[in-house]
Amino acid sequence: MSDGRVVRIASGQGFWGDDLEAPVRQVEGGPIDYLMMDYLAEVTMSIMQKQRARDPSAGYARDFVPLMERLFPALVERGIRVVTNAGGVNPVGCADALLEAGRRAGVEGRARVGTVTGDDLMDRLDALLEAGHTLANMETGEPLATIRDRVQSANVYIGAAPILEALRAGADVVVTGRSTDTALTYAPMIHEFGWAADAYDRLAAGVVAGHINECGAQSTGGNCLADWWAIPDLAGVGFPIVEASEDGSFVVTKHPGTGGVVNRATVTEQIVYEMGDPTTYITPDVVADFTTIRLEEDGPDRVRVHGVRGGPPTEFLKVSIAYADGYKAVGTLTYAWPDAAEKARLAARVLRERLDRLGLRFDALRVELVGWDSTHGPLAGPPPRDLPEVQLRVGMRSHDRASVERFTREIAPLVLTGPPSVTGFAGGRPRVQEIMAYWPALIEREQVEPFLRVDVRPV
Amino acid sequence: MATVQLVDLAHARSGDKGDTANVGVIAYDPRDYPLLVERLTPQRVKEHFGPLVKGAVERFELPNLHALNFLLHNALDGGGTVSLMNDAQGKVFSTALLRMELEVPDEVAERVRGRGRRPAREET
Repeated sequence: MSDGRVVRIASGQGFWGDDLEAPVRQVEGGPIDYLMMDYLAEVTMSIMQKQRARDPSAGYARDFVPLMERLFPALVERGIRVVTNAGGVNPVGCADALLEAGRRAGVEGRARVGTVTGDDLMDRLDALLEAGHTLANMETGEPLATIRDRVQSANVYIGAAPILEALRAGADVVVTGRSTDTALTYAPMIHEFGWAADAYDRLAAGVVAGHINECGAQSTGGNCLADWWAIPDLAGVGFPIVEASEDGSFVVTKHPGTGGVVNRATVTEQIVYEMGDPTTYITPDVVADFTTIRLEEDGPDRVRVHGVRGGPPTEFLKVSIAYADGYKAVGTLTYAWPDAAEKARLAARVLRERLDRLGLRFDALRVELVGWDSTHGPLAGPPPRDLPEVQLRVGMRSHDRASVERFTREIAPLVLTGPPSVTGFAGGRPRVQEIMAYWPALIEREQVEPFLRVDVRPV
Repeated sequence: MATVQLVDLAHARSGDKGDTANVGVIAYDPRDYPLLVERLTPQRVKEHFGPLVKGAVERFELPNLHALNFLLHNALDGGGTVSLMNDAQGKVFSTALLRMELEVPDEVAERVRGRGRRPAREET
């Protein structure tokens, strides 16, 4: 039954490294019921896994803890609940740190922290492979066994169920690992409105709301191409707030007085971001059809979303696997007028010849001219003769670490042994990075769901 | 007929999934959406990108949003952390597509010309 009640779910972080003042603005700028904070991307889990390998207490979004220490008193006072995947590959470590932060913030006995675990497959990987789950790469079809010894992290994208369980158990903050970004927004809706597991249209609407929330200000004027020159006060950009109703319709808005803008264009740009087949947006809880979305501007900085349709989920969950796949390094030098682009290209040829003479082994060498063709490639056409300057950017990739190490030592010598009018080497030798490649796979949900655990502890 | 750049007819945003870039193209004016459907065929887009897109180009229609979604396969040099590209996550592939030139009826050209570009600042 629709009782006209609205639940406000605010977006506080769109990625690990997002504007740290945004969640503060969300909490202090007006009424909200939930604050969702999304920290995870495809590459994030492997970075966190590396951190945990060095320090068993690490492996989560560390800046989430001081942020919560700052926010805790206001959250408790206003009854705002937080749902986040800041837990990364160590949700328990994250929750432990959070409980301490809560005590330091003076909310002891007044808040509860829920932890969701079970999405991490690392300890179960060999057992799963032995039992015949190939975890084949969704793009290439190759079985995981071919790279098993190089796997760094393996996490299942999980849906709303464990978040719901934590909310029902009274958690004021829910910390998960690899929950889907969208579930952080729609799990609170299910909790508040009591939607059934087969209320697919409502769940699909929740997914659309989650997609609009999950990248923070990307739906409120940040990174918006349409009329970018007219978007006001990006310095104080307001992050999105979804005002959800029981029937699945919702309004996207932001707090009054904040910067940015919410209109059809800003919301549509975010809807198409990272989109695949729009008729089949697969999540653990529902398959949403983005071609059914209806948008209407509903006053200044308000866009109403309705009409969303969805269908039953599949029997599989997606697994995000990261594996070590060689090394790379990227070096840059800046060349100045006259004939900047020609000088940069000659430098690249000289470098290439030296790498060949050294007999270095590499899988790829890439030359780009930043300021000319590094983003549009050949579509940029030939550079004008009077280009004031250009940055030469050379990248090398190899499975042989020593070759990449040597490559990083071949950039600086170009300053004195190559074409003239070159500068911009103050940063020193480029860093050798270990490549963490991404391996998407599927697994039957019954291999995962019984292993999910929820633990709620008081601060 | 007259020639306009896609940037004046549509705005766009792009992102990545592994080695695939997506570009969502949104008509500024719903009246121009049918024109985009007719002219921005997957073949035409593949041709436009040339060597930038090594794999196939897929297209999906979102008439409800006056938008087209393109998947550009094998476009990111392996994608994610593998790629050596400056734009490893395809964040500005959208703008490369908006360079495309289209033949449109004169009245459309007249209406849209300059729409997608920042207005020139008045000299003071």
